[in-house]
Amino acid sequence: MFEIADLLAAGLIQSFEPLNFAMILAGCMAGLFIGAMPGLGSVNGVAILLPVTFLVPPTAAIIFLAALYYGAMYGGAISSITLGIPGASTAVATVFDGRPMAQKGKANQAMMAAAIASFIGGTISIILFTLFAPPLAEVALKFGPQEEFALMILAFATFIGLGGDDIPKTIFSILLGLVMAAVGFDIISGKPRLIFFDMVEFQRGIGFLVLAIGIYGIGEMLWTLEQTGGKIKFDRVSATWAELKKHLGEIKKYLPTTSLSSVLGFFVGTLPAAGATPASLMAYGLAKTFSKDPDSFGKGNISGVAAPEAANNAASTGSMLPMITLGIPGSPTTAILLGGMIIWGLRPGPLLFANNPDFVWGLIGSMYVANFVTVALNLALIPLFVRVLAMPFTILTPIIFILCFVGVFATTDRMFDVWLMLVLGLGGYLLRKLNYPVAPAVLAIVLGPLAERSMRQSLIGSQGDVTTFISISEHPISLGCIVIAVVLMLYPVWSNYRRKIANKTAF
Amino acid sequence: MKQKILRSILAMTGALAMIIAAPAQAWEPKKPVEFIIMAGTGGGADQIARLLQGLIEKKGLSPRPFIPINKPGGSGAEALRYLQDKAGDDHVVMMTLNSFYTTPIIQPDLGVDPTGFTPIGLMAMDTFLLWVHTDRNDITDLDSYVKAVKSTGKSWKVGGTGSGQEDSVLTAMMEAEFGYNVTYIPFPGGGTVAKNLIGKQIDSTVNNPSEQMAFYQAGSSKPLVQFTGERMAAFPDVPTAKELGIGIEYYMQRSVNGPPGMSAGAAEFYRNLFQELFDSKEWQDFCTSDGLTCDTMIAGSDLGDFHATQYVAHEKLIEQVGASAITGE
Amino acid sequence: MSTRTAELLASIALIVFSLGLMWTVHTDGLKIGWVPERGPGSGVWPFWLSLGMALTSLWTLVRWFRRTTPESRNEAPYIESDRFGLVAISFIALTAMIFLVAIVGTYISIALFLGFYMRFVGKHSWPMTSATVLGAVISIYFLFEWQLSKYLPKGLPMFEDGFLWLDNFRWEYFM
Repeated sequence: MFEIADLLAAGLIQSFEPLNFAMILAGCMAGLFIGAMPGLGSVNGVAILLPVTFLVPPTAAIIFLAALYYGAMYGGAISSITLGIPGASTAVATVFDGRPMAQKGKANQAMMAAAIASFIGGTISIILFTLFAPPLAEVALKFGPQEEFALMILAFATFIGLGGDDIPKTIFSILLGLVMAAVGFDIISGKPRLIFFDMVEFQRGIGFLVLAIGIYGIGEMLWTLEQTGGKIKFDRVSATWAELKKHLGEIKKYLPTTSLSSVLGFFVGTLPAAGATPASLMAYGLAKTFSKDPDSFGKGNISGVAAPEAANNAASTGSMLPMITLGIPGSPTTAILLGGMIIWGLRPGPLLFANNPDFVWGLIGSMYVANFVTVALNLALIPLFVRVLAMPFTILTPIIFILCFVGVFATTDRMFDVWLMLVLGLGGYLLRKLNYPVAPAVLAIVLGPLAERSMRQSLIGSQGDVTTFISISEHPISLGCIVIAVVLMLYPVWSNYRRKIANKTAF
Repeated sequence: MKQKILRSILAMTGALAMIIAAPAQAWEPKKPVEFIIMAGTGGGADQIARLLQGLIEKKGLSPRPFIPINKPGGSGAEALRYLQDKAGDDHVVMMTLNSFYTTPIIQPDLGVDPTGFTPIGLMAMDTFLLWVHTDRNDITDLDSYVKAVKSTGKSWKVGGTGSGQEDSVLTAMMEAEFGYNVTYIPFPGGGTVAKNLIGKQIDSTVNNPSEQMAFYQAGSSKPLVQFTGERMAAFPDVPTAKELGIGIEYYMQRSVNGPPGMSAGAAEFYRNLFQELFDSKEWQDFCTSDGLTCDTMIAGSDLGDFHATQYVAHEKLIEQVGASAITGE
Repeated sequence: MSTRTAELLASIALIVFSLGLMWTVHTDGLKIGWVPERGPGSGVWPFWLSLGMALTSLWTLVRWFRRTTPESRNEAPYIESDRFGLVAISFIALTAMIFLVAIVGTYISIALFLGFYMRFVGKHSWPMTSATVLGAVISIYFLFEWQLSKYLPKGLPMFEDGFLWLDNFRWEYFM
């Protein structure tokens, strides 16, 4: 215990060295801006700025990239709230309530809640990271396909009730996303599937980002244009210190949800294959399920903004854990960080803590500092970001369309995906008009590949024996997840029943 | 009128082209070079390409940067088609692995002939070893391994990076050689495979050294046999399959190739650039620490011959073990 | 077309689409059954989930006949003509922009799209329009091309040469 405190102190001192601190500032700033762009998230920022880090020593380099990762997680909320387009998959859940809040003219409150929740999520997860790094690495190592699949089931269970009121249309949307996820190469059998019109481009599959930007960037924008006739102008909103102070009083409204989401986010983030996206969605689902007023979710509930934001920040810290301790990336972003560490001559894995303590503890120390820097920068810049909303539609619309196009191209490097985005966007718009919920499809396409693969890996391993998922002797974690999933799925039914009973006694 | 405008535009672009053209010297890239990787982010090919790109930047070897672009679709099918369609383009090169041969063989509809590409340089030969968890005290060498597999039968789980990938070919070769049947479970990426071995989700793997190195050094996994011609410096005590009388020798090539019909000047520029990288201390150090074989760089037409031989060898191999043994259905 | 008709057509189209997916899985020769000792085959996931899509669309169709969904009771036009103009022109302009990228390259096509939209749809003044266009083009160049080293599409060779001529100044004087 004292040893950890010593090492941590050394790490904190290290992060205040001029070069390292400059890296934190630059990384947070770059991350905030990249995250705020629709379609560009932490992956893009880290991937594209990786070459820049060769100019500085490894510790400064990882500090820069980690700060950027962090900043992008905060920044993702900005485009989710002000534009209604998630900056990255991790910010999808933030749109659900962030967008309605902005439409009600409460964008600044939503942004403050997102920033503060992110800060809480970051802080809690860094403390957890520091304390539990070695034991958690052990748990993550025990995760096989069975556990991954059970975790996916758990994630899906928390989405129940996430869609609109129309059940068949919601299920259709989920299934559509799951089927779209199957397009491309099946790694289990090595066979191409659903290669439409024999176009070789489909062998890569339909990227999550292409669907998300198509639906949230193009489709949503067309829908908004039709609803408003392009006339509406958002009121100019400002965030002042006075308002911030007032807002601080409201924190207690969402503090319990936020703390819970932070812990949940961290643990989900540490699991390989999971990462920040399912964490934020699960946090949202949990916040809604256990809320006293679940109906207000999706209509601008402040907890609906705070929960996913706390969880995705916590998960981004959590996903660094398997990368550092095992050399297994927990998310696409950490995969690129891993590549960077190898270039710097470090070998992530069980020996990194022993061989390169300066590096590891410098990184951990910088995470504490970066968390403070980002929340301060973010709160200071809210007025600037909110100004985006005050722009006339005839400027905002073409600029968003341009950003969608450039964002998709910059991520996937092919015009094919830009065209695909256009087609999916048009389809999303037409279905949206008929009350088909689109969010479930986006969630399903993210989790579909993970769910299918882990299910089939488990069954191949067990020679086709389905009971492998609930075997208490071999896969107790999987059994536990499935039990919780079943409880979560039944909870709405039960509370519905209880409400009916309550109504009966009331009348 | 229209023609006049068109002609003057053409004249203008011609003039521009002359301004841009360097005073007839050696060819150099005039715009960023696309560095295609025929696999996803985080894998061995990706790590190598990004390391090389970093070194190019650090050493200032190219007036324009190399931009790594992953085209992982269809075990490299997407990347191969992309390069084929870029015929004659001097600003694109590709980092390849063995799917450079296997994918066109398994997917003949793709219409790609890898021997038609412009060979640049073979940066390294990656090697394969057979790994088990250190806790398997009953397995100390190849014989006890084969015995253990045979007594377990079909429920013996071998992890790999996907049906049709190199390790599935090697697994199929071993099944044919030793006359046993195992269950092959695909995972996304060699790192995940290694992790699942340590977590005892699977019983054995045929990982590259770089994927297992951290676990090996920590004492969690042990290699039984190496599928190389001679023992590697990193594993002096591990016998090769050949020493044990097993005729399996298999490598993963890591070479850089250009599209068909790349100009001679450009090919020479890339050849010199990658030769310089190959000879650099950084690259040689990386090879040693990651168990890659990097003695001499096979370049140009020699690499073309190498590809032709390897292509034929893979064709035979796939025919031998049967495509269904690889895909599993 | 009323919203009611639109929902009918959409659910029929989605049933046909789902059946088409199932047919594709089938003709690709993927196994849609249980492979002994290996669990589900490679076609199971897309095939049966597509069947689920078809069934849920059928369910929507039934609800349409029973007039359960709000859309099936809505006789208002699916697309309101006065607002449809704005949506259509936006979508067409966007499509044209993406199409032009292959010919004139990213920057010219972005400039044309933004200029057209602001000047003729938004009726902004020429100075305002040109300032925004210039700002957008320069910031995209600076952010993507320069800072993030992405090579955005440049169109036909003659447009690419023009761009490279301009881009050369960056390499000559700044790098």
